[in-house]
Amino acid sequence: MAYSFPEEVLEHVFSFLSSDKDRNSVSLVCKSWYEIERWCRRRIFVGNCYAVSPGIVIRRFPEVRAVEMKGKPHFADFNLVPEGWGGYVYPWIAAMSAAYPLLEEIKLKRMVVTDECLELISKSFKNFKVLVLSSCEGFTTDGLASIAANCRHLRELDLRESEVEDLSGHWLSHFPDNCTSLVSLNMSCLGSEVSFSALERLVARSPNLRTLRLNRAVPLEKLANLIRRAPQLVELGTGAYSAEIRSDILLNLTEAFSACKQLKGLSGFWDVVPAYLPAMYSVCSGITSLNLSYATIQSFDLVKLVTQCRNLQRLWVLDYIEDSGLEALASSCKDLQELRVFPSDPFGAEPNVSLTEQGLVSVSKGCPKLQSVLYFCRQMSNAALISIAKNRPKMVRFRLCIIEPRAPDYLTLEPLDAGFGAIVENCKELRRLSLSGLLTDRVFKYIGTHAKKLEMLSIAFAGDSDLGLHHVLSGCESLRKLEIRDCPFGDKALLANAAKLETMRSLWMSSCSVSYGACKLLGQKMPRLNVEVIDERGPPDSRPDSCPVERLYVYRTVAGRRIDMPGFVWTMDDEDSGLRFS
Amino acid sequence: MDLNLKATELRLGLPGSDEPADQLQSSSSHVKNNKRSCSEIDGSCQKQESGAPAQKAQVVGWPPVRSYRKNVMEQQKKPDSDGSGFVKVSMDGAPYLRKIDLKLYKNYFDLLKALENMFKCTIGVYSEREGYNGSEYAPTYEDKDGDWMLVGDVPWDMFITSCKRLRIMKGSEAKGLGCL
Repeated sequence: MAYSFPEEVLEHVFSFLSSDKDRNSVSLVCKSWYEIERWCRRRIFVGNCYAVSPGIVIRRFPEVRAVEMKGKPHFADFNLVPEGWGGYVYPWIAAMSAAYPLLEEIKLKRMVVTDECLELISKSFKNFKVLVLSSCEGFTTDGLASIAANCRHLRELDLRESEVEDLSGHWLSHFPDNCTSLVSLNMSCLGSEVSFSALERLVARSPNLRTLRLNRAVPLEKLANLIRRAPQLVELGTGAYSAEIRSDILLNLTEAFSACKQLKGLSGFWDVVPAYLPAMYSVCSGITSLNLSYATIQSFDLVKLVTQCRNLQRLWVLDYIEDSGLEALASSCKDLQELRVFPSDPFGAEPNVSLTEQGLVSVSKGCPKLQSVLYFCRQMSNAALISIAKNRPKMVRFRLCIIEPRAPDYLTLEPLDAGFGAIVENCKELRRLSLSGLLTDRVFKYIGTHAKKLEMLSIAFAGDSDLGLHHVLSGCESLRKLEIRDCPFGDKALLANAAKLETMRSLWMSSCSVSYGACKLLGQKMPRLNVEVIDERGPPDSRPDSCPVERLYVYRTVAGRRIDMPGFVWTMDDEDSGLRFS
Repeated sequence: MDLNLKATELRLGLPGSDEPADQLQSSSSHVKNNKRSCSEIDGSCQKQESGAPAQKAQVVGWPPVRSYRKNVMEQQKKPDSDGSGFVKVSMDGAPYLRKIDLKLYKNYFDLLKALENMFKCTIGVYSEREGYNGSEYAPTYEDKDGDWMLVGDVPWDMFITSCKRLRIMKGSEAKGLGCL
């Protein structure tokens, strides 16, 4: 090729490409494009921390500024992954501290992060700006103190739903007086009280603060003081929303809220006293995101609040809202895109609220933009599902949890195959689906036939035979993550579709019928997969090959078997056909 | 001599079959029974008391609710041996009764506001001396001893554990309760 663009020009052009997919395509054009691209890639996303090694990443992309990574499988959220399984971020932090001194952002999900990691982050990256720890664990508030004290340009500290060992609230006071860069602070998962005056001063000196999510320990009486210092807030998470009913507190709060002209998101609301909800009415028309999923208040109080939020796009709420409340929602909030209804009493044998499939049907009928649903309920019918599917063909995420495993259509007592079949047939853009209720292999046939854009599928207590699994693995072209529990799926479907697993991020199967022998075979056949057997009963070798394993986690990787496995995890590969020394 | 006691033994199962009939597994026998006994589950299994809604044996990780959420919900429920805070509420002159969950309210103010809302009436303000004198209705409740008491006399926490049902009495009738 006689003429080509100078590198700088190509680099400039590439700088407009933000998606990994595009950058990966660019890298495949020719060797020089590969080289130019790899030197200017600034953001990397590693969907499974064990799919690749720090060394490989650093070798290819030497100038990274932002890293996003995920560790444990999704079912770890529900205690299906034993403690100590893995997902340690330390090796990554250690490697990056040497290789990426200019690193600015670290976002982790379901990983084990220690105080040591946090200290290393705070000391290694002079320009560090963003730390998001989503559903992580392994660190204490001491680690947070290091971050607060040493990250001079910190913009975001977001601990969403992480499990933090809360030694004291003192960490917040470690933010130096000259730290004025804070844009987002989410400490909602912490238990301890922080020094209120330290918090107040921090908020006051952070003119760019847009997101502030407080923890439950911040009392309602003091909320007004904070909000007053940050009228530019876009997202606010309250602390406990309860106090003695006093008109001065109510007035104070109402005034403070009315000054927040940019507020779009609200969350928090532990221990809600309904009398204080009207304080927020002045901002309701601007609210697009409302998380009331901890608010244990009755339907009519919920409805009063929600129906004022005419521009609501996202609502997370408890099933206290009931069918009647959802009907009101459907009439008032025509912009609604995402609805999540959580169970207030998931383990009770009897329903404690009047929330049924009707609520979801109403919302699907009334909200033309509805595309993302997470719904816990105690009864469902094929008719309702068919109705939802017909109403909302643009559905993208549909997660239904009927609380009783294998519950049939409550009207006809039939399986819910037809209902979910309608969902996948009508909703051609569906990317995520969680099934529940009584389901036979038929539903998997429908899914394999129609769910061509489906990327993530969660299955529990469903199916009759291997055929079910086979339909999914052979039919779902876009499938990336498959998680299965308590289904009669076994060896045949898995081995017949072994190649498919290399096209996916991961497969999780627990309490199914996959034998140890099949796992070994899979590991031998597929060297680019890590086939992990998780079994707390002791070495699988001590049981016959035909014995089903407790849990199986299969994922593609270029890093080979991992070296940080605990005693109850075994990787199946060539080295394993025979003896294994733990 | 073989008495063949087995033949006279009472047990579940078809006559003539020797298999113990305790393999009454539902659905596929391949599926490993993932149920664990109550004692193994973290703390959320409550003892069943008469009349209280039963908690069933729990399957690990089902329903799929995150531990954080479970813990928060547990903390927000008032510690109550009964489990349910639902009580019946009757109002004089109303055609049917209602039910409310006392556990959803933090204090008398909230409860009375809710009752006023529910029945579209005015209950007014409580005073130790006058009760609810002056207002159209007075809230009363039946306590554990079966006595009818005026709502408001005892501290809130004591009230919710002793209240068995509520009755919103017409003002004229309530006069008797108000002045003691």
